[in-house]
Amino acid sequence: MKILVCISEVPDTTTKIRFTDGNKALDTAGIQWIINPWDELALTRALEIKEASGGAVEAVTVATVGAAQAEPTIRKALAVGADNAIRVDAPATDAWYVAVQLAEVVKSGGFEIVMTGRDSADYNGASVGGMLAALLDYNTLSSVSSMALDGGKIIAGREIDGGTETLEAELPFLAVVQKGIAIEPRIPAMRGIMMARTKPLQVVPPVDTGCLTENVEFELPKSRGACRKFAADEVKALVDVLHNEAKLI
Amino acid sequence: MSVLVYAENRDGLFRKATLELLSYAAEMAKAMNTHVVAIAIGCVQTDELVKLGQYGAVKVLKSNPDFNILDIKAFAKIIVAAVEKEQATVILFPGSINGSALAPAVAARLKAGLVTGVVALPTSFDPLVVKKMVFTGKAFAATKVTTPVKVLTLSQNSFGVAEPGTGAAVVEEFGVEAAKSAISLVEVKKQTGKVLLTDAEIVVSGGRGLKGPENFGLIEELAELLGAATGCSRPVSDEGWRPHSEHVGQTGKIIAPVLYIACGISGAIQHVGGISSSKHIVAVNNDKDAPIFDVADYGIVGDFKTVLPEMIAAIREVKAK
Ligand SMILES: Cc1cc2nc3c(=O)[nH]c(=O)nc-3n(C[C@H](O)[C@H](O)[C@H](O)COP(=O)(O)OP(=O)(O)OC[C@H]3O[C@@H](n4cnc5c(N)ncnc54)[C@H](O)[C@@H]3O)c2cc1C
Repeated sequence: MKILVCISEVPDTTTKIRFTDGNKALDTAGIQWIINPWDELALTRALEIKEASGGAVEAVTVATVGAAQAEPTIRKALAVGADNAIRVDAPATDAWYVAVQLAEVVKSGGFEIVMTGRDSADYNGASVGGMLAALLDYNTLSSVSSMALDGGKIIAGREIDGGTETLEAELPFLAVVQKGIAIEPRIPAMRGIMMARTKPLQVVPPVDTGCLTENVEFELPKSRGACRKFAADEVKALVDVLHNEAKLI
Repeated sequence: MSVLVYAENRDGLFRKATLELLSYAAEMAKAMNTHVVAIAIGCVQTDELVKLGQYGAVKVLKSNPDFNILDIKAFAKIIVAAVEKEQATVILFPGSINGSALAPAVAARLKAGLVTGVVALPTSFDPLVVKKMVFTGKAFAATKVTTPVKVLTLSQNSFGVAEPGTGAAVVEEFGVEAAKSAISLVEVKKQTGKVLLTDAEIVVSGGRGLKGPENFGLIEELAELLGAATGCSRPVSDEGWRPHSEHVGQTGKIIAPVLYIACGISGAIQHVGGISSSKHIVAVNNDKDAPIFDVADYGIVGDFKTVLPEMIAAIREVKAK
């Protein structure tokens, strides 16, 4: 059995976002690119599942849709422990486009377990995982916060409003994962970094499909007014303002 | 033509996010010269279904009551059947956990363009252009949808619930053959009656500055007093002081309450991303230079240990009047 983890690269979470080209494009100057936080957690859990499977999981593959500049990010995933990688050689233009490419990767690779992150920290589409499951017609769960392989079945925990559910799912299965699936991402060790250089990274051409959406313009949130500060002994005054003036409480 | 709304219920009752979504749908339908149809899957009483008319639905499709879990595959098939029956050109989902899971499943099956995290009414209908959150609260995009059928999810608390009118929706049985997925429920753990973080008008949140789980009693007490939900920063849930479901920020929940009260939270960029749509922010922090004060509207520079009990007492006093 093989697991596929879909990864995307996004600006480091501390990035101050700026736009260029008349607010039509992200200003990528100086941006550090990282593996999308949820994808990194998904990869961490996939590796743990493989290690605990007693050989039932042969390999963990990572796949991304992106141009050649995404390769350092893919190498990082290999350094963390993925066995091999696939890059679909095309810019990730919209969720539909990416999902169609990944569906092809899953079909041609025969992956029975697929993991994607809840959303990507750049355009926050939160769509690729759900679309991919639909295109593949796999059993699927969203907001998965724990996952294990038990015999040939998946045991997964998912967040619901005000609680959690534990479910059992048959393969083939796609998990859209979020926090809890792993707490800390695995960090590459020196040995992993050395090995990553020689692990297979296959580049495949995209299949033909279009985009269904397009970001035409960006804007930054309006800056908030100055903060009205109160001293430690003015709690009553603040409560008074919140109650009588702002009418918030 | 119609606007189809997925009317999500929670234990048989329509949640605030659903009423907000219908309010949004009604405005959209007005601008498009069409009407709103809602679809409810699962067990909901007829009088609750009829109530959707007060928020603008002319008809409610009542479908497949016998699911005990969110079966994405089966639900998507039912919704797609409803889209075809009602010739819907716009399909709306709440930005809740389940709404967000269903929207891409439906969009992919229809090959319809999807925009998630929408925060306002469209700025244009032909072509459809809507504003959505990007970079996790750090920016917005105007996104154009180029397909004839469009799917949107609405960010919770971004639009508000309209005043209910007097309309009553026609309820129509709409059973669809939809095979269940090979997924079964093992166990549910659920607290009822607690205000949900994503629904809440007021959120009281604690950070690492609270020093340990034992001090979150103050956060809970203040929250209860205000009818608020409780939240926390990431290290707090990573440490297990609070459940993961309370984690606010870039890697947790993105929220938009009317009032957010941050106690002992420094205001790291990843945390602020999750709260930047809050209408008002109050910060309690003993460091006058903490970055949280850059985004807060009101702040108290002081130790939570003395500030929170005084705040609780002062609020009790004004509430008693
Ligand atoms: C990839 C990534 C994703 C992340 N995602 C998130 C996220 O989603 N959400 C999130 O919250 N963080 C996130 N973080 C972490 C973030 O960078 C910060 O580390 C975190 O927000 C800090 O939490 P804090 O404010 O509770 O703690 P600290 O930064 O330690 O701040 C504690 C604050 O409490 C104040 N304080 C101390 N004692 C008292 C007292 N007695 N009374 C009053 N105030 C006091 C201090 O002055 C300080 O400002 C992420 C980080 C990374 C790398």
